[in-house]
Amino acid sequence: MSAPLTSLDRPNSYIGRSVPRPNAKRLLAGRGRYVSDLRLPRMLYAAFLRSPHAHAKIVSINTDEARKLEGVHLVAIGADLAKICTPWTGTLDHFKGMISAPQLPLPLDRVVWAGQAVVAVVAESRAIAEDALELIEVDYEDLPLVVDIDSARAAGGPVINPGSTNNICFRAQLDNGAVDDAFAHAAHVVEEEFSFGRHTAVTLEPRAIVADYDPAAGALTVHHATQTPYQFQDLYSRHYGIAEAHVRVVATDIGGSFGMKLHVYHEDMAVVGLSILLGRPVKYVADRIESFVSDIHARDHRVRARMALDAKGEILAMDVRDLTAIGAFSTYPRTSVVEGNQVIRLMGAPYRFKNYRATLEVIFQNKVQTSQYRAVGHPIACAVTERLVDMAAAKVGLDPFSIRAQNVIADDAYPQTSPTGYRFEALSHQACLKRLHELMDYDGLRAEQADLRKRGVYRGIGIAAFVEITNPSPAFYGVGGARISSQDGAILSVTPSGEVRCLISVTEQGQGTEAIISQIVADQLGIAQEHVKVITGDTEVTPHGGATWACRGAGIGGETALQATRALKRNILEIAALILQEQPSALDIINGEIVDAGTRNQRIPISEIARIAYFRSDTLPPGTQAQLTVSHHFAPQGYPFAFTNGIQGCSLEVDVETGFVKVLKHFIVEDCGRIINPMLVDEQLRGGIVQGLGAALFEECRYSETGQLVNGSLADYLVPMAMEMPDIVIAHVETPTADTVLGAKGVGEAGTAAASACVLNAVNDALTPFDATINSIPITPIKILKALKRF
Amino acid sequence: MDIEETAVKARAFSYFRAATIDQALDAHARAGDDARFIAGGQSLVPALSLRLQAPRLLIDITHIDEMRGVRREGGYLRIGALTRHCEMLSEPLVAEFAPLLHAAAPFVAHPAIRNRGTFGGSVALADPASEFPAMTLALDAEIEIVGPTGRRRVKADDFFLDLFETALQPGELITAIYVPLFKADQRFAFDELARRRGDYAMVGCGIMATCAGDRINDIRISFFSVGNTPTRVKGAEATLIGSSLDAERIAAAQAALEGDLAPPDSDEVPPAMRLHLARVLLGRLLGRLGESA
Ligand SMILES: Cc1cc2nc3c(=O)[nH]c(=O)nc-3n(C[C@H](O)[C@H](O)[C@H](O)COP(=O)(O)OP(=O)(O)OC[C@H]3O[C@@H](n4cnc5c(N)ncnc54)[C@H](O)[C@@H]3O)c2cc1C
Repeated sequence: MSAPLTSLDRPNSYIGRSVPRPNAKRLLAGRGRYVSDLRLPRMLYAAFLRSPHAHAKIVSINTDEARKLEGVHLVAIGADLAKICTPWTGTLDHFKGMISAPQLPLPLDRVVWAGQAVVAVVAESRAIAEDALELIEVDYEDLPLVVDIDSARAAGGPVINPGSTNNICFRAQLDNGAVDDAFAHAAHVVEEEFSFGRHTAVTLEPRAIVADYDPAAGALTVHHATQTPYQFQDLYSRHYGIAEAHVRVVATDIGGSFGMKLHVYHEDMAVVGLSILLGRPVKYVADRIESFVSDIHARDHRVRARMALDAKGEILAMDVRDLTAIGAFSTYPRTSVVEGNQVIRLMGAPYRFKNYRATLEVIFQNKVQTSQYRAVGHPIACAVTERLVDMAAAKVGLDPFSIRAQNVIADDAYPQTSPTGYRFEALSHQACLKRLHELMDYDGLRAEQADLRKRGVYRGIGIAAFVEITNPSPAFYGVGGARISSQDGAILSVTPSGEVRCLISVTEQGQGTEAIISQIVADQLGIAQEHVKVITGDTEVTPHGGATWACRGAGIGGETALQATRALKRNILEIAALILQEQPSALDIINGEIVDAGTRNQRIPISEIARIAYFRSDTLPPGTQAQLTVSHHFAPQGYPFAFTNGIQGCSLEVDVETGFVKVLKHFIVEDCGRIINPMLVDEQLRGGIVQGLGAALFEECRYSETGQLVNGSLADYLVPMAMEMPDIVIAHVETPTADTVLGAKGVGEAGTAAASACVLNAVNDALTPFDATINSIPITPIKILKALKRF
Repeated sequence: MDIEETAVKARAFSYFRAATIDQALDAHARAGDDARFIAGGQSLVPALSLRLQAPRLLIDITHIDEMRGVRREGGYLRIGALTRHCEMLSEPLVAEFAPLLHAAAPFVAHPAIRNRGTFGGSVALADPASEFPAMTLALDAEIEIVGPTGRRRVKADDFFLDLFETALQPGELITAIYVPLFKADQRFAFDELARRRGDYAMVGCGIMATCAGDRINDIRISFFSVGNTPTRVKGAEATLIGSSLDAERIAAAQAALEGDLAPPDSDEVPPAMRLHLARVLLGRLLGRLGESA
């Protein structure tokens, strides 16, 4: 009954419109309520003593002096918390053969990375707690270390997990088609080994938690800066033995997460236990150094890959081996192998070839855990594939655009299954390639490049096609036994004044979830957006759902809101029809007014229906029970994932004397299906690209030989800043998914997926006049100068 | 946020705001070694928060009038120690009489830090990666020090001794820096190689030259981020004095750096790379200096 989703000219047509997010002003005005702003009565503060050793036995811990310090309420070690918290293991059933050691909030007898929390102090202020930390003595006995990938795999080398014979967490293999045959008959083969450094999320708001256990009620409330309150409600309930209904997790304003705040952290679990032990609220906010040594890191891959082509440049096969090191444990509950798994499955995704083989080996080492961070696996798969495609183009003598145009899956050839097993509903590589060519004025850039080269200025142009995984179904976590929902729920109510309150399970971390949900509700019901209030992030009031991660907020949360709103609209029109003595089908809603569907003549406002339903139900026909609240759940069906696609382009300049890279301009053509709010989509793309450029050029967690993170501060760990970032030019192609009415797919990771691949290709393009190539990310001055043999 | 809050991580200390130099010196003497002067706090406060330093007493020197202001005094520009980095950009006297400092200032950190950080604090700290200490060397500046034993002026050449070690004794204050006035026959150049604008540089350099037409009569070249102290490269200077800035001389000066510099070991910028970058930077700056003739 609603008008077509794309028409922007009718009233309340918010889908497809750039409307500002309702919460932006509040946050800008400093009225955000973050966990760190929270001060509860009788609240205490936790601080953690951390291991200075990457691998050591804990011989003894002396906390006597710390306990005596005035203002200290509790000093807890591993054994204290092990009494009340059951251990967790970061494995999933569908990753066959995967292992990981059980974890506890604080270790009992061994530390496995430098920075691991060992002792907790709870005091009347953070400063007192920190003073007390200085009074604790821990006696360690160093154990042999495993720091890099090679030593982790060395036969007879040290093994991190007692009882294991090696440091392997997980192995996987894919083998489709006739790979050996394809390579044997190929006209061209290109091969390279790539390395990808570790980096981390560096959210503006660090991890923050306030746990508040009320022994009288037997109830636990946790204010937690997380993307996934429901997941943590479940985990706190099960690991501390409190009924789920008595555990409340509140995630209000979040200052960025990027996947980092999805995971169980030892300190966070400990804080819950400390509150239970004390019967008082306990707060912990990670400081920046603590964030660097205890937030999850990402990437850390070494990939050897080769690609076979025929004489005309048709890709025939790929053969890939990914080694990835994940720290001493696999993260809980989402594991640390998803990234590697996605690396080997996203390889070659834009292209048509059928022969594919991959091996994945996930390895333990004495570093902090790695896990899901924005664009999980994508940048690695994309960089490897796209660099090989460029190498192949050079070998065959094709332009980078031509070789891609020749090999991408045709836009009219869907559905398709990739050689790695992914099923694609409908993608638009050809349209995106064509659009990018115009958008970046490719021919103009090439002419300028040639011109400048004569004057000793080395510009590079890089492009990278990508496929992004969005809208995950239970195939992602549910099938592996994780209690992580892939469905979402919404409860919509008409207020007595005729506005709408929407409680929904997707969460807001600054990306505008609440804005798009209010757009969808307003659009689908036919009311002004400012009359829709969206409430998220409180397990006590919002229905259980997956929340926001992996690019699912718009696609799944949005569809949930859409379907719920349509149900509410039916209910409203039913009551309206009774009051107006019409058929519901003869009525519609525009701008908060019930109108005649045909003439659009106003009949009665929603506010009047609400007034009658709530206060004068006696005037409704007998037997009528107005239902102005609906609850609705939606779980994705059809394709296990809604894949999206796009292509990025980059123009940059390499200073061949200093090794410095200046990105001049970045371009993206992206297809996320139905665009709900173009402004927010573009923000996601820009933000994602900036994170990708950070990874490409600046960000790396660097370790010493003894496993110490050597750049754990924002002075030494370089995040991309405005001065170094280029203008980013954006264009769209829209291929909605037919799996939902809304047609939206995800967009949050697309920018990050290909930005580093683009830069890698562009830098190598700039270096073509020299006998120098780069195959390692981040691309730093030292790597470029070494490749150029400048020193 | 108040003291109960989570952000407070420094160890507890006492605070004293000095109104005069005598009060500051006196407070320091009474606290023994366990005191620090605080100016802009842009280096000290991070050190306190990280508990790298934990003095019992902080003596705030920012209200001492005598240490403020920029004025001409004889052949010098007297720059009060409390002059903030941002004033190096806004103060016309600096632009006119110490243009090298004016040119270096935008490279010192970011606006928020430049609004508080002080020239005296930067020189006193003598971070070898800092712009201003190295520029005092290029400028042949003099540092005025006041301490329990009186007042003295130390040439920049004699001030920087080793890593974070200077001629300043514990309990002494820098009150002002005297910079010889910029003259018509002088030329200057400044630049640095930093991966992000505002960061400490991988290599940086400032040059002051006195010229007669094309000929260099005198030149002072000072590098930062190349070793334990800001470093004048006297070998390179010597190759240039008495000649003009042609390609051959520039190459000779670049080559001389090998003898002038002994960059420290570092993963990210190994010594050979730093030396290479210093050569590139020197070549570019001398080229610019030549063009500005
Ligand atoms: C994020 C960040 C980036 C930065 N980037 C740069 C950069 O790129 N380049 C750069 O040069 N600096 C940089 N800095 C440092 C900044 O310039 C400092 O302000 C400066 O080095 C110290 O000046 P201050 O007035 O803040 O000194 P304070 O921090 O107050 O003091 C520093 C030390 O000097 C002593 N001291 C201060 N004044 C005097 C005095 N008059 N006499 C005797 N002793 C004194 C103090 O006791 C203390 O030991 C950066 C700082 C930050 C936080």
